[in-house]
Amino acid sequence: MQNKDIRKEDAICVNESQIEQKWYHNIRYLIVGILFGIVFVKAEVISWFRIQEMFRFQSFHMYGIIGSAIAVGMLSIFLIKKFNIKTIDGEPIVLSPKSFNKGQIYGGLLFGFGWALTGACPGPLFAQVGTGATVILITILSAIAGTWVFGFFRDKLPR
Amino acid sequence: MLEFIKQPWPWYIAGPLVGLTVPALLLLGNKSFGISSSLRHACAACFPANIPFFKYNWKKEIWNLIFVLGIFIGGIIAMQWLWDPNPIQINPNLEQELAGYGITDYNHLVPLDLLTWSNLFTLRGFIIMVLGGFLVGFGTRYAGGCTSGHAIMGISNLQWPSLVATIFFMIGGLIMANFILPFVLAL
Repeated sequence: MQNKDIRKEDAICVNESQIEQKWYHNIRYLIVGILFGIVFVKAEVISWFRIQEMFRFQSFHMYGIIGSAIAVGMLSIFLIKKFNIKTIDGEPIVLSPKSFNKGQIYGGLLFGFGWALTGACPGPLFAQVGTGATVILITILSAIAGTWVFGFFRDKLPR
Repeated sequence: MLEFIKQPWPWYIAGPLVGLTVPALLLLGNKSFGISSSLRHACAACFPANIPFFKYNWKKEIWNLIFVLGIFIGGIIAMQWLWDPNPIQINPNLEQELAGYGITDYNHLVPLDLLTWSNLFTLRGFIIMVLGGFLVGFGTRYAGGCTSGHAIMGISNLQWPSLVATIFFMIGGLIMANFILPFVLAL
């Protein structure tokens, strides 16, 4: 049974584009990813130490980064909505609203535990491997396993 | 110029650049920013096992896997050409605390006394790298997003469930870092 909207369940990051494009169009996301990865490393966002400081309130650094990123993101989305800005391919930009469920509480706590242990959220894990910490590949595989186990038990979990 | 770039970047440079990822992905192709979804696409592509949650057209989401490949390559570039040879500077209180657990090497962004292959099969290494990774994967999907999806994209789009999720990320992290991790590090 194929549920048409299952992709949008438990997800923020969705692809709203209706355009079918050749594979090489994905190079644009590769470039954004590379720039993003460089920022992550140079600002030490991928550092286990910086995450420990953040959760002990010993440094403003990570709060400054997350806070100013939200401010820029918020202003950008406000401008996109206000001026009905379209994508570079001319599509109207679509933003799906998010509904609340208890997963955001239980899952949020569990992810918080994992974040403080590994000292990384999913993005930094990939950058850490790039900087030569190859053992983090195991952490990524374990995170994929965690995602799979969630998918397996999804209908039985409280939400 | 290169020497200037090699120094650690301050938050007021890095934060806005991270925030610009939100409009960049929207303008380039109507994509909402998020990273943990890549873990789900890996499941959907490699071992969907007839689980409804992984039965969707993952090929439409290849862009997200390419994006995280870019993050990985960004890490390589930063390591090869933009690396700051100086040890990472951290809060002296934390430095003192970590020294008590034998963590004294600040030559990499991850602690080389902890996150290495040789530590993977020690009890504390296993808990931190393997159990920690599992919780990241399970928790982000249960919550419906991670720091990028909920805290940055979701809050930027004024979604209050994302604010709730972010608050619980922080509560979970505070509990782990202050009350549980010290016991794990002491193992």
